[in-house]
Amino acid sequence: MNQTYAVTAVTAVVLATVLIGALGLRVSRTTSDFYVASRTAGPRLNAAAISGEYLSAASFLGIAGLVLVQGPAMLWYPVGYTAGYLVLLVLVAAPLRRSGAYTLSDFAEARLESPQVRRLASLFVVGIGWLYLLPQLQGAGLTLEILTGAPDWVGGLLVAVVVTGTVAAGGMRSITFVQAFQYWLKLTALLVPALLLAAAWYGDGAPRARFDAPAVLREHTVVRVADTVRVGLDAPLRVAVTGTVDGVRYEDRTVTLDAGTHRVGAGTVLALPAGSAVPERAGTGSDDPLGWSQPLAGGRDGHQLYATYGLILATFLGTMGLPHVAVRFYTSPHGRAARRTTLVVLGLIGAFYLLPPVYGFLGRVYAPELALTGSADAAVLVLPERMVGGVLGEVLGAVLAGGAFAAFLSTASGLTMSVAGVLAQDVLPSRAVRHFRLATLLATAVPLATGAVATKVPVADAVGLAFAVSASSFCPLLVLGIWWRRLTPPGAAAGLLLGGGSALAAVMATRAGLAPAGWPHTLMAWPAVWSVPLGFLTMVLVSLATPRSVPAGTPAILARLHLPEEFTAPVPAQEARR
Amino acid sequence: MSGIALAAAGAAGAVLLAAGVVLGRLTARRDGGSAGLDLGTPVERATFHTLHTASLAAPPLRAGLAGETAGRAVGPLRSLLGTESLCLTDGSAVLAWDGPGEGHHHEEAAGLAAATLETGRSRSAPTGCADPGCALRWAVTAPLTGEEGVLGALVAYGPRESAVLVRAATEVARWVSVQLELSELDRSRTRMAEAEIRALRAQISPHFIFNSLAAIASFVRTDPERARDLLLEFADFTRYSFRRHGEFAQLADELRAIEQYVALTGARFGDRLKVTLRVAPEVLPVALPFLCLQPLVENAVKHGLTDRERGCRVVIAARDAGAEAVVTVEDDGAGMDPERLRAVLRGEHPGGSGIGLSNVDERLRQVYGAEHGLVIETGVGAGMKVTVRIPKYRPGVHPSAP
Repeated sequence: MNQTYAVTAVTAVVLATVLIGALGLRVSRTTSDFYVASRTAGPRLNAAAISGEYLSAASFLGIAGLVLVQGPAMLWYPVGYTAGYLVLLVLVAAPLRRSGAYTLSDFAEARLESPQVRRLASLFVVGIGWLYLLPQLQGAGLTLEILTGAPDWVGGLLVAVVVTGTVAAGGMRSITFVQAFQYWLKLTALLVPALLLAAAWYGDGAPRARFDAPAVLREHTVVRVADTVRVGLDAPLRVAVTGTVDGVRYEDRTVTLDAGTHRVGAGTVLALPAGSAVPERAGTGSDDPLGWSQPLAGGRDGHQLYATYGLILATFLGTMGLPHVAVRFYTSPHGRAARRTTLVVLGLIGAFYLLPPVYGFLGRVYAPELALTGSADAAVLVLPERMVGGVLGEVLGAVLAGGAFAAFLSTASGLTMSVAGVLAQDVLPSRAVRHFRLATLLATAVPLATGAVATKVPVADAVGLAFAVSASSFCPLLVLGIWWRRLTPPGAAAGLLLGGGSALAAVMATRAGLAPAGWPHTLMAWPAVWSVPLGFLTMVLVSLATPRSVPAGTPAILARLHLPEEFTAPVPAQEARR
Repeated sequence: MSGIALAAAGAAGAVLLAAGVVLGRLTARRDGGSAGLDLGTPVERATFHTLHTASLAAPPLRAGLAGETAGRAVGPLRSLLGTESLCLTDGSAVLAWDGPGEGHHHEEAAGLAAATLETGRSRSAPTGCADPGCALRWAVTAPLTGEEGVLGALVAYGPRESAVLVRAATEVARWVSVQLELSELDRSRTRMAEAEIRALRAQISPHFIFNSLAAIASFVRTDPERARDLLLEFADFTRYSFRRHGEFAQLADELRAIEQYVALTGARFGDRLKVTLRVAPEVLPVALPFLCLQPLVENAVKHGLTDRERGCRVVIAARDAGAEAVVTVEDDGAGMDPERLRAVLRGEHPGGSGIGLSNVDERLRQVYGAEHGLVIETGVGAGMKVTVRIPKYRPGVHPSAP
């Protein structure tokens, strides 16, 4: 791929982010035409900002990759990512805003009047934030690797440095405008190439992809296998090999592989003739570093139904507990505006998620070998070159690369901001500007370092893990906190520890590659199915067992959460003139 | 079989022996420790014990004489006196009772207290209890006094008449009275702070109202439309400033009040006053103490316009900084000598100036803690920049509507 355009696009996005972050949109007016009222962020602006911050690398790259590899079943991801806002809208949005809380820890303290529960909630905010940052940085590394051939840690480091720099230098000024802009940037960056690619596909005779049979290569393709994989063949395949297959070393030799399972060594280059079926990656072998991701995604392990329910529960209930989403609701002037904002978010995100499946489908037709190389997340980026080619293809590729970097930067900066804020306020000993900078460094350094050692996971899956922890910890806290008057601080703490803690432990074990294969692995990789009920149940039972600890201010707090502001506060007088 | 029993007995013996040795060691060490540390003579230790017990009773009493606080104080007080039962009353009813006999002595205690409330003197009298098993034979009643006379009484019950009990009860009652007086002092200090806020609100009016009305009057003929607008601004501003409810407001409402204030002041000074507002929409919903920014702006305008010839530029900015909102008010006026400013913030007001600044500082510290006071950068002739850092969330801080 020609690097010039792509590097230019990425540089432009990074520079724009740094500049806007450093200078802010200096919208300043003199008093003559200034009205504060007209400056509150309206639901539409705020919703675009929430969407901009929310649509991460998982949405921009990950979904297309998963659809390419595993077919339409993976559409549960975009459905879940969107439907989470429906649950948020119905159960949480307005009361959360009315509570006056900025972070989720604030909500815990406001509702339960307990500094201990607050501190516990803060730990979960940090944990979820880190889990969510990890795939963002990995995705950035992958993108830059594909674009420029740089080692895969460079992209992550670049994003980490840019984000740490802008956040530590005084936070993103006018962050609502920046994030709203990022949403439209991402949508455009995905929509325009999608339209052109669809046109190219139509001009090509509209070839169909089949998801129930092995994908077929349309032309002679050379594939470099990055990590050792086991591939299964349904029929003998003639292939030119440079590298190791089944432990035998070949130097540019054409061999015929029999039907069955073969082990392809890392770094092997396979040249596949046109018309041949793409070898499918075989199930989990313990010697296969990537194999573990298969049952997760509902592949060959036979636990697809369970995994799908795990995914649905995690994404439907996990959205409300994402630290960078919760803080955005503070910008709404009142509860009703928060609800309206969520509604607009549903529309914006729903519109956006129509696009990644298009890329997944086109990828299945035009770049099926990506499923073999283990970098299916790259499908979105390589398609333009593959389908259109020439200068136009490169420009489109650059647009997509810029959009992907916008995705990394906006989500990562939102997360870093939230995590650093909580670290500085509740975890680090004293509060000062210097500590906020230290906290920012800590907020990005930990996932960056973890990314270097953790097992590689498809980006969308990795984000799913963060959702699972959020769904098992903050969903019970928020839903019960808002809708159940008998929740007690001990109950909330126990629920957070048991539900969220077990989900976190399971997810960490999975990411560290400690989970044993088979059912235990499936259970630990998709913890939401058991950990969400566990969290709810623990909270309810322990609360019922400690009825004397119900906070004294509960009725007043619940009244404030549920009544519109006009009733809890005296009616604002209409202004005579405006 | 017998072998097993023997072994079991042996094991049990060994365990007992070990336990005894450990216990012995522990007690021995404790004795040795106390000797080594020299905790004082028995008399001194008794004094320490008394002081400690008294210190336990003090915090609840500092909250005043009421049901709950009296309940928490009466336990330590009884162990201080060493009587059978102790009760605390206010002017009309028994507040708290510690020890036995509450059931059938309740009425009587209220009566004794009522008598003491009238006379204001300590009294010792037999109870004449009908129950032979009851140990409450003799009652000592001592008055609890505050600044406004007798607030309540302390009734101590003993098994027999005793001069020691009378003396002790009187002394304890006197000590309790001192604590209650301190609590009244606390309350009056809070009341004073509230009065100061109210005074501050009232302080806005005379000067500002006069000047605004004069400025509006000057437009009535030449520009009636503008005069009408200004009058409406004036009405909005005064309604907001004189509202009586709620200690906190949203930043958006505060800024709107400032905007009205600036419009009215601008009408008076014309082009000489230039005000820029730069506000991030994210921080508009932040709750903050009512009318705590307007004095800062007023101060900036005053400083800026000291020099009659030159114009003045005031920049009011509110930006988002994570979990906090940072509000700055900056002017390019005469500035201030840092030493003098320090004196103003300490609460000394040379020439009556700067009450607004120190008052805002005080209120911010009260609500958010010492690290959230005003940060002021200034020098003579160098303008002034006041920075306020307001946390986005703080328990108990909720805005009320304007």
